[in-house]
Amino acid sequence: MTEHEHTETGTGWPGETAEPTDAGWPQPASAPPDVVDAVPAEVTETPDESETDLNERAAESAPPAGPGASPAGSAPRAPEGAEPPADGAQRAGESVEQTIDLSRARPGATPPGGTGPRRPRLTSAGALIGALTALLGFGLAVQLRSHTTDPTLASARQEDLVRILSDLQAREERTRQEIADLEERQRQLTSGAQGRQAALQEATQRADELGILAGTLPAQGPGLTVRFEAGREPVHAEWVLDAIQELRGAGAEAMQIAGGNRTAVRVVASTYVVDADGGIEVDGQRLTGPYTITVIGDGQTMRTALNIAGGVVESVQQDGGNVTVHDPGTVQVTALHTSTPPRYARPAK
Amino acid sequence: MIAVLALALGVVLGVVLDPSVPVGLQPYLPIAVVAALDAVFGGIRAKLDGIFDDKQFVVSFISNVLVAALIVYLGDQLGVGGQLSTGVVVVLGVRIFGNVAGIRRHLFRA
Repeated sequence: MTEHEHTETGTGWPGETAEPTDAGWPQPASAPPDVVDAVPAEVTETPDESETDLNERAAESAPPAGPGASPAGSAPRAPEGAEPPADGAQRAGESVEQTIDLSRARPGATPPGGTGPRRPRLTSAGALIGALTALLGFGLAVQLRSHTTDPTLASARQEDLVRILSDLQAREERTRQEIADLEERQRQLTSGAQGRQAALQEATQRADELGILAGTLPAQGPGLTVRFEAGREPVHAEWVLDAIQELRGAGAEAMQIAGGNRTAVRVVASTYVVDADGGIEVDGQRLTGPYTITVIGDGQTMRTALNIAGGVVESVQQDGGNVTVHDPGTVQVTALHTSTPPRYARPAK
Repeated sequence: MIAVLALALGVVLGVVLDPSVPVGLQPYLPIAVVAALDAVFGGIRAKLDGIFDDKQFVVSFISNVLVAALIVYLGDQLGVGGQLSTGVVVVLGVRIFGNVAGIRRHLFRA
């Protein structure tokens, strides 16, 4: 009767432990009370030891020759066999006792019933073990799946997430700083480009001015034309030179002198005028009369400078020449002077 | 035999159903799996040693899983969850290695 209570009340594994006794009892009726005493004692004993573990006991009983398995660890098992003799021997004795007990229960169950006693073991304990291992496999598969499908954040721990978040925030801060720096630099470069453009514009303007001054660029503007014609005397170079000096003093900005043979020479700072056969020579070019000086500048001032008493017009007419000044409004100075780089002069530092 | 079939069945179920792990269980599942693996290896070794006990296997299985989860939970509450998880995994790994060594001795006599 007691064994029936065991099996009925023991749902799960306690019932399973009672089963061998259940199977073993009815047939070997020779020593029932002994087994009754033995089985509950073992039932109460095994949980205590099973908490230490099944595996350690397995380690202890596995090498029967050298039972050096200390309960703390499984590694130093084989070599030191005599080190914990008392404990090892005691535990070995326990396990031997249990195996004996199990072996005593099993033969008692198997011979009479045959296949009968195996069925309940398969149904209860086997089912429980099967359920647990199935659970293990399920958990294993699920964990592998979730770990492989989402390896990064979803399975991460909270403090890890916080750390990752703070890292990302720090990186964001650095990146923002970098963006600000780059924008500032871009602004500076843009303003630099604008400044460069302004400088280029200014330089171009200055190059134009210098080109007009050096005679390398054509020019147009308000001005005069001064015409020298031979009178009693042919036109002397000094007359022309005087006129050029006078016009320069009166603020002429660009000048050219053209001869009767349509040859025109730009008058620049290095221009020289000398007498030559049948005419004058200006900057190496032979000109014949009549000569026309085209000059850009303040017409009123230059006319006054030419016509002043004792000036160019009067002195030339006294010397037997003929000078006429016209004011056509806008004049063009188109002759160019090819500038050669200076051979000796260098910019002073 | 049943255990092997059930293990395969569980793996197949987990692969087929592909459930998502609840957020609350995410830190515990890997540790529990490792602890259960430890119990399973211990059971295999005990089986080879001829001292396999159903009840002991079940108890050690469940207690391993529960204690491992409890340790991890405690570690999370104390703020050292990561370190404690590592410790549990290390301990269980050492035990698994020991059990596998025992199994190996049985199977290969070496």
